[in-house]
Amino acid sequence: MNHWPLLSLVTFLPLVGVAFIMTARGDAETVARNARNIALSTSLIVFALSILLWIGFDPNKVTFQFAEQMRWITIGGFSITYHMGIDGISLFFVLLATLLTPICVLASWTNVHAQVREYMIAFLVLETMMVGIFCALDFILFYVFFEGVLVPMFLIIGVWGGPRRIYAAFKFFLYTLLGSVLSLLAILAVYFQTGSTDITVALGHTFPADLQKWLFLAFLASFAVKVPMWPVHTWLPDAHVEAPTAGSVILAGVLLKLGGYGFIRFSLPMFPLAAAYFTPLMFALSAIAIIYTSFVALAQTDMKKLIAYSSIAHMGFVTMGIFALTSAAVQGAMIQMLSHGLVSAALFLIVGVVYDRLHTRDIDRYGGLADRMPAYAFVFMCMMLASVGLPGTSGFGGEFLILLGTFQVSTLECFLAATALFLGAMYMLYLYRRVIFGTITRDDLRGMLDLNLREKVVFAPLLLLVLWMGIYPNSFLAPIRTSVDHIVAQAHAAQKAAAANNTIPAQAAQQENEIGVPAKVGTRQAALAIAETWVPVFTGTPMAKGD
Amino acid sequence: MPLVPPPDLSPALPEIALALAAMALLLIGVFRGEDSTRLVSWLSVAALLGTLVLAGLFEGAHRVGFYGMFVTDAFAVFMKALVLVGSAVSIILSLHYNEEHQIARFEFPVLVLLATTGMMVMVSANDLITLYLGLEMQSLALYVVASFDRDSVRSTEAGLKYFVLGALASGLLLYGASLIYGFAGTTSFAGLAQLFGGAAKPSNGLIIGLVLVSVGLAFKVSAVPFHMWTPDVYEGAPTPVTAFFSVAPKIAAIALFVRVLVEPFGGILVEWRQIIVFLSVASMVVGAVAAIAQTNIKRLMAYSSIGNVGYALIGLAAATPSGVRGILVYMAIYLFMNLGTWSVILCMRRNGKMLEGIADLSGLGRTQPGLALALGIFMFALAGIPPTAGFFGKLYVFLAAIDANLIGLAVIGVVTSVVGAFYYLRIVKVMYFDEPVGAFDRPIAPELKWVLVVTAVLTMFFILLPNPIVGGAETAAASLFAP
Repeated sequence: MNHWPLLSLVTFLPLVGVAFIMTARGDAETVARNARNIALSTSLIVFALSILLWIGFDPNKVTFQFAEQMRWITIGGFSITYHMGIDGISLFFVLLATLLTPICVLASWTNVHAQVREYMIAFLVLETMMVGIFCALDFILFYVFFEGVLVPMFLIIGVWGGPRRIYAAFKFFLYTLLGSVLSLLAILAVYFQTGSTDITVALGHTFPADLQKWLFLAFLASFAVKVPMWPVHTWLPDAHVEAPTAGSVILAGVLLKLGGYGFIRFSLPMFPLAAAYFTPLMFALSAIAIIYTSFVALAQTDMKKLIAYSSIAHMGFVTMGIFALTSAAVQGAMIQMLSHGLVSAALFLIVGVVYDRLHTRDIDRYGGLADRMPAYAFVFMCMMLASVGLPGTSGFGGEFLILLGTFQVSTLECFLAATALFLGAMYMLYLYRRVIFGTITRDDLRGMLDLNLREKVVFAPLLLLVLWMGIYPNSFLAPIRTSVDHIVAQAHAAQKAAAANNTIPAQAAQQENEIGVPAKVGTRQAALAIAETWVPVFTGTPMAKGD
Repeated sequence: MPLVPPPDLSPALPEIALALAAMALLLIGVFRGEDSTRLVSWLSVAALLGTLVLAGLFEGAHRVGFYGMFVTDAFAVFMKALVLVGSAVSIILSLHYNEEHQIARFEFPVLVLLATTGMMVMVSANDLITLYLGLEMQSLALYVVASFDRDSVRSTEAGLKYFVLGALASGLLLYGASLIYGFAGTTSFAGLAQLFGGAAKPSNGLIIGLVLVSVGLAFKVSAVPFHMWTPDVYEGAPTPVTAFFSVAPKIAAIALFVRVLVEPFGGILVEWRQIIVFLSVASMVVGAVAAIAQTNIKRLMAYSSIGNVGYALIGLAAATPSGVRGILVYMAIYLFMNLGTWSVILCMRRNGKMLEGIADLSGLGRTQPGLALALGIFMFALAGIPPTAGFFGKLYVFLAAIDANLIGLAVIGVVTSVVGAFYYLRIVKVMYFDEPVGAFDRPIAPELKWVLVVTAVLTMFFILLPNPIVGGAETAAASLFAP
């Protein structure tokens, strides 16, 4: 290790902020003010440091960068190292986490009154855990962060949440815990296969085909709950509705990405055969998630619940893209996750703005806000359109690449998902119309104030990034592409090798159908033709051939 | 007539020293009267720590004494260290409580010392006779301390229950031991190990004897279905006594369980593994499910300890060095998170009255944030949530289970740990999510505060320096399997 331990600094600096906040003394008002200021400045410093990661990141390297390795538990055969590092897949998630934390602190500046000190501590601890998850390169270290993230989130929902916060907090905690303990067993099984808890070792290891299926399912239990995939999504609407605004922002912005990150980081490279074997299942679950939750979203009367369901639908696109396992689709999934991280975070903040003023999230209570709150209506419109996937916003690139990549693999799946785009536009436009347009009928709405300076500062970076990612996605795709291409190529090579060895004849034959030689050559050629025209537009380089 | 050479007493030096210290302290107490309680207590703590140093001097060398009936090795030293620390901290925890309840008598620390001597003999037993002697020496002292608050109906009831059921367990164990002697012709662990080393199938009589011994030990570690006494005794006994029961005797009994099954009966693993697997699964399930309905925190902790024994037994079911290492790491971590939890429970006092209801903790996060933070750490640790120490305890036993191919057991273990997480979280919920009902009495006794801070720091920051405990456990486990 011959460089400045930047990753450890980004990960653990928030804890230094926690230590400072704990020393704050004085009356409640002083403590609260100090806690806010310390939390904001710490998280801003962390964000600035994480920008250095992006600047120093070499987008052409496949290996993990900024790596740090230290001996941790050295006893016996089971030795655990403190191993950190990032590649193109984790880089932007780290940035997302460090960006959203100061935004959350700022968004909670005035609307959290009770136990401000503890609130800020919880968010800083949460930041450490989130960044740690994406940087950890040792399974045990990863797991410590992965499960540790539940504790601050549990407290945030439970202490500062809405009326049914206790139910929601328990549901969130136990649901996700059940998933993650199963993946712990899988991690131990991986250890006995590879002889090391190092993730980089496991990524290069070839697991026996039948074991792959079991391990894949165990990891699926954990990641599917996080994504969340249908039918284990039910904790999400409850958690979102009851969580305070900033809690929802982190939940939607970062925690949901853990599932997608886990699939790309672990499931695809380590269990490529199982991934191919379970692709129909994953496609089916994704399609149900997209279509079913879009319909459910249409029927919601609570703004937060509507956005929560839309999150599930958007994450359905992500899982679909990941398991299509073409370079375009996985890149699309990455962009979609980042875009969703920004857009859904912004949408929850948008709900928070009117909730702070009127203390209700009932859609019917609003209407005609465009008159009184033009700036608010503008921000809402941009984010709504980004959520729908309008070209020029971040939502478009991701969805387009996913649909393109999926079309190469399964026409039906692509058709189903594309249908849902229409549904997505429906519920978002419907929401927007009911809240923003129309005439003001209630007196309390007449007195609503537009965004103040603090709120504008909160939305500005999100708006900027959403447009940046929509207009010039290549700045984000460049670091992602190398890593994704590597993973996809590796997975395909493993699947090819397995098919050649005839170790799993039945699945291999099926795979050929799924990935190798599609039944309808005509569709495939058409898809490729479209892909070759359009992918360079987004990625700046010719498309890597998926197979 | 050949002269029998005098027995080699040196391996039992710590036990002998502790027994002598107990008697000397008894004399001091008798001569100086009731007001010497604090002095005797602190001297007892010093005696326990001195014994710890003495035991540590063996540095895990394998030595046998008393004609092979007594053994000291790395395993014994590790377990004795845990037992001694547990006893010493329990005495410290009892100081304030006993004074408040007018039961501050110098006999209490002396009885704890005598029980501890018994436990150390248990841990070092290398013969069925030594095993029984140690067990009884421990139990007799424990029966008395359970009913130490002799004017309280609850305490005397707890003592009586503990005595009746404990005597039953001892009887079963003794009967099993005599059956084993009858069919094997020896009570020595080394002799039994030699007997089962070959391919010969053990006779049915031996198996029955083994089952009875296991049942007796299952009683002592309170594994389901032999756990019925635990909640009642834990609830009835004075709180510091409960704290003591939940750590030292439990750790000693687990150590004995491990040594008996792994050393003399290691060759017939197939015969007893299913017993342990059953005990483990039943304990984990009952410990997790029955605790949900509890409203008394002492009863809740009783079920929690039952569940914890279930997890420790996973390591025994694996019966490998890594399994025993898992048990040792688990018990070490269990020791300090449990002692910490009990010291918080000892702080639950309002207007001079001890409280035991979980609801009494309501809003502690706002009225006493420090205390709530400590209990929160212990609860997350008991639930096995990283980055607390509790996670590593579970990690090492599950590691052993996967290694020994006991996948089903491991899956049941993690699922019950999620169920268990529910009731630990319920305490966090009561403390942080519910409205305050009023603060506890202040100030917290200084010695209680110290125990609280030290255990909380150890539980929270174990992750930074795990090597000493894991390393000690590794050596200790290896010593048990050394030829």
